[in-house]
Amino acid sequence: MSLTVSEVKDCAHLARLGIEERDVGSYAKDLSGMLDLMTQMNDLDTDGVEPMAHPMDQVQRLRADVVTEQVDREKFQAIAPQVEAGLYLVPKVIE
Amino acid sequence: MYNKTIAELAKSLRSGEFSSVDLTLAFLDRIKQHHSLNTYITVTEEQALQSAKAADLRLATGKAELLTGIPMAQKDIFCTEGIKTSCGSKMLDNFIAPYNATVVDKFNSAGAVMLGKLNMDEFAMGSSNETSYYGAVKNPWDTNTVPGGSSGGSAAAVAARLAACATGTDTGGSIRQPAALCGITGLKPTYGRVSRYGMIAYASSLDQGGPMTRNAEDAAIMLQTMAGFDNKDSTSVDLPVPDYRAGLSNSLEGLKIGLPKEFFGEGLNSDVAATLEAAINEYRKLGATVTEVSMPSLKLAIPAYYVIAPAECSANLSRFDGVRFGYRCENPADLTDLYTRSRGEGFGKEVKRRILMGTYALSAGYYDAYYIKAQKIRRLISEDFKKALSEVDVMMGPVTPSTAFGIGEKIDNPIEMYLSDIYTIAINLAGVPAMSVPAGFSEGKPVGLQIIGNYFAEDKLLNIAHQYQQVTDWHTQIPKGFE
Amino acid sequence: MRSQWETVIGLEIHAQLATKSKIFSGASTAYGAEPNTQACAVDLGLPGVLPVLNEEAVRMAVIFGMAVEAHIAPYSVFARKNYFYPDLPKGYQISQMELPIVGIGHLDIDVDGVSKRIGITRAHLEEDAGKSLHENFHGLTGIDLNRAGTPLLEIVSEPEMSSAKEAVAYMRKIHELVRYLGICDGNMQEGSFRCDANVSVRPKGQKAFGTRAEIKNINSFKFVEKAINHEVERQIELIESGGKVVQETRLYDSDKDETRSMRSKEEANDYRYFPDPDLLPVLVDEDFKAQIKAQLPELPQAKKQRFKDSYALDEENATILTSSRQLGDYFETVVKESACSAKICANWVTGDLLAALNKANLEITDSPVSHERLAGLLTRISDDTISGKIAKQVFEEMWQSTATADQIIEAKGLKQITDTGAIEAIIDKIIADNLDQVEQYRSGKDKVFGFFVGQVMKEMQGKASPGEVNKMLKEKLK
Repeated sequence: MSLTVSEVKDCAHLARLGIEERDVGSYAKDLSGMLDLMTQMNDLDTDGVEPMAHPMDQVQRLRADVVTEQVDREKFQAIAPQVEAGLYLVPKVIE
Repeated sequence: MYNKTIAELAKSLRSGEFSSVDLTLAFLDRIKQHHSLNTYITVTEEQALQSAKAADLRLATGKAELLTGIPMAQKDIFCTEGIKTSCGSKMLDNFIAPYNATVVDKFNSAGAVMLGKLNMDEFAMGSSNETSYYGAVKNPWDTNTVPGGSSGGSAAAVAARLAACATGTDTGGSIRQPAALCGITGLKPTYGRVSRYGMIAYASSLDQGGPMTRNAEDAAIMLQTMAGFDNKDSTSVDLPVPDYRAGLSNSLEGLKIGLPKEFFGEGLNSDVAATLEAAINEYRKLGATVTEVSMPSLKLAIPAYYVIAPAECSANLSRFDGVRFGYRCENPADLTDLYTRSRGEGFGKEVKRRILMGTYALSAGYYDAYYIKAQKIRRLISEDFKKALSEVDVMMGPVTPSTAFGIGEKIDNPIEMYLSDIYTIAINLAGVPAMSVPAGFSEGKPVGLQIIGNYFAEDKLLNIAHQYQQVTDWHTQIPKGFE
Repeated sequence: MRSQWETVIGLEIHAQLATKSKIFSGASTAYGAEPNTQACAVDLGLPGVLPVLNEEAVRMAVIFGMAVEAHIAPYSVFARKNYFYPDLPKGYQISQMELPIVGIGHLDIDVDGVSKRIGITRAHLEEDAGKSLHENFHGLTGIDLNRAGTPLLEIVSEPEMSSAKEAVAYMRKIHELVRYLGICDGNMQEGSFRCDANVSVRPKGQKAFGTRAEIKNINSFKFVEKAINHEVERQIELIESGGKVVQETRLYDSDKDETRSMRSKEEANDYRYFPDPDLLPVLVDEDFKAQIKAQLPELPQAKKQRFKDSYALDEENATILTSSRQLGDYFETVVKESACSAKICANWVTGDLLAALNKANLEITDSPVSHERLAGLLTRISDDTISGKIAKQVFEEMWQSTATADQIIEAKGLKQITDTGAIEAIIDKIIADNLDQVEQYRSGKDKVFGFFVGQVMKEMQGKASPGEVNKMLKEKLK
């Protein structure tokens, strides 16, 4: 199994992950190596096996509908890269 | 005084042999002295001294807990309010957490003194601590070698006596492997035993925080504080927390130990194997019986893990987008540029590799072949554990195939690095608890024995480790230059 | 030309659930707060935070499911829908994909007196996103995350509507229902209730669906009709001129009355759904369902049938009176409090009262005429104190004041004359003045009878019982 340079670029775009052009090849190689590892999974017949998403066979606990959080906007926005008038600023969003 | 265990320190603090402030100053001094190990990302000297003063007052009132006044350190993956929480990444180099992780709150209310935040692999992705933005941590047993990872800073700091104890997190071995390579005691609790709230997520269905200490008794003391239900974490389990120290002295007479034959095959260093053999013999002497068990699906743990963990991490790390906190690139041209460059510049290579892998495994057309397949294998592995642990009380085996490797030795070969997690990863997939206990040395480097128990059997694991530590002294060895 | 084409419409309705706190955090959902003052650590997606599910959101979803007779999933699963957008703090939306909480159900709509059953494919719980504000911040966009994490129920219909009119009827019916159930305030200006429409056309008789376009974020009934009609026209024109409809997301611009392609979202999205590892499967067991069922209000359909059966109402009145829970309650209280027949009560509530409310743009809960006062008025009709005609006059007075019907009748002297002697005198006078008409009536022209009634009532300023007048006139004219 191998991953092409263009597949790596597609994934990088989906993940909005900038990768240097000169590194694309090495990512393709590493990921292909990982995929090789993964193809071992096909050695095992898993027909009829229920996929396991959590280690515990538990169900979701529900929270009472009560307002418990008082928001300190100043504290949260002190760590933000760019804010104005209480809003987080980003480059213009075009719809 | 920095050589004492938590239990011993607690006694000294109560007898007035020294105060928490004295103790804290001694540790802060050592941290400076051994700065070159690179174990700490942030040292919180001022806050530490404040907490130590408060602890001394509390000790004087007689309302102290065992951890009151004990200088410890947090892996830099736990959010600490008002204190930089970097997760070993450039992405969070400027991140002052605005809230405390539940675990941090618990240590605070126990009166523990936090010395600082410990180095780690970036976003806990790595087995050598070399992926940290803050540089590699050195193993105090041999400073040319790695301390393991991702909780490498924690393991090295405890081994070098730069903290009485430390927190770690374990997604695929990140507590046990560095504990083994640094010759300390590390416990990965049952998934859901310790709250994940405020612990920056790598792979949510696998991550679990736990203690990293000098011995099993200290691990019991730490876990006592860390464990428990948290209504802020949906995956936290609402079960009472037993008294972990209560059963430490129980006899091991009649204990049934299983050795998974898959753990002792090809790939295991023969010197390590011999060391483990000796350790298991000690258990025989303590009255345990040893049988072989089989875990047929185990060999697929690595491929399944390297689908599931990257898949979860690819989504978990999407929030690092340069909008509300963390690193933002200079002068983004547009929104896509903001995302792409902030993330491209903020994340290191191993993190990117895993995000790409996870993105690929979840993308249209591959989901069933990779993600669903991996989850099915996860089920089979967990059934292997359930079956084996219905036949024996605990299982034992290696933590790592060999002792600490050289810094730079494997970093350019990620696959080889992944394969070295072979003995730890399956435990996270199943969610059962496991420990690494110092079991000897190979060419002067520590070897860890892994003890794997059933769900919520932490008390039993601690008992088994403690009994071993009553008849051996591997855990009391101090690396040269750190005495 | 248009008659060769058939339209296929499916709607995805987003109803914000009327919980106090968010779906996965304890922050308030109240509308209109200062930006980012209701976005807590969890809503901001800070590193390390975790979601915990709001019980009320689950309860409301199940209530909806029961109301549309849907299958309620014993286990439903939250999944992450991955995409990057600044109003989506975590880079994924927590939603439900493979196992939604509400499965297949249905809803009956009426269009031009014809009833049609529309299938509901599913309804699932998810979190709302924040808002992007495009006012000028030096050419930047401002992000307010107060709305992020507000619970949404996404109700997905089958593609079974064949006109904009049907789509509107369906949307109205869902709107009415969620408000009736008290699970959504339905405020469309504030975005509590909005809809995406999937529209396609195909040649009449063709089985396969045409390529659909999705029109996003329509927040009024008027716009849904206009947007769909516009889109249908666009697609037909496109196909007839040799073009092809492309599957895409389009935005309805109400100012220009047109839909346009949303370029920024055009690229094929691969949402990489997978089960959210921070949340466990949601269990809705028989106990939980029984608990909800016990609290469930009588549903519109059942109530309508009951109104028809026990109050002998016609279809129209029964439909109107069960369109909202409050209106039905008002009506039933009036019936109970007045000595009047249910039918007359129904006519008054759906007639004069609703007309006045509509004119004043008021809801039934804000009616200036309370149920006690209306009941008082209707009682005076039934005991013949006033006629229906006078009652209308009294009602108008009541609308303007706080006086009771009795106070107004008394003050204005509107009481019906029951003294038969007085009525008889007037009848005699009218007969004497209109001998020609008397002749006509007696020669078999029954119609003229109405003339006499009118004259008598006019003379009496409406204050006589029409029944009494009729009876006496018939006697005199024999």
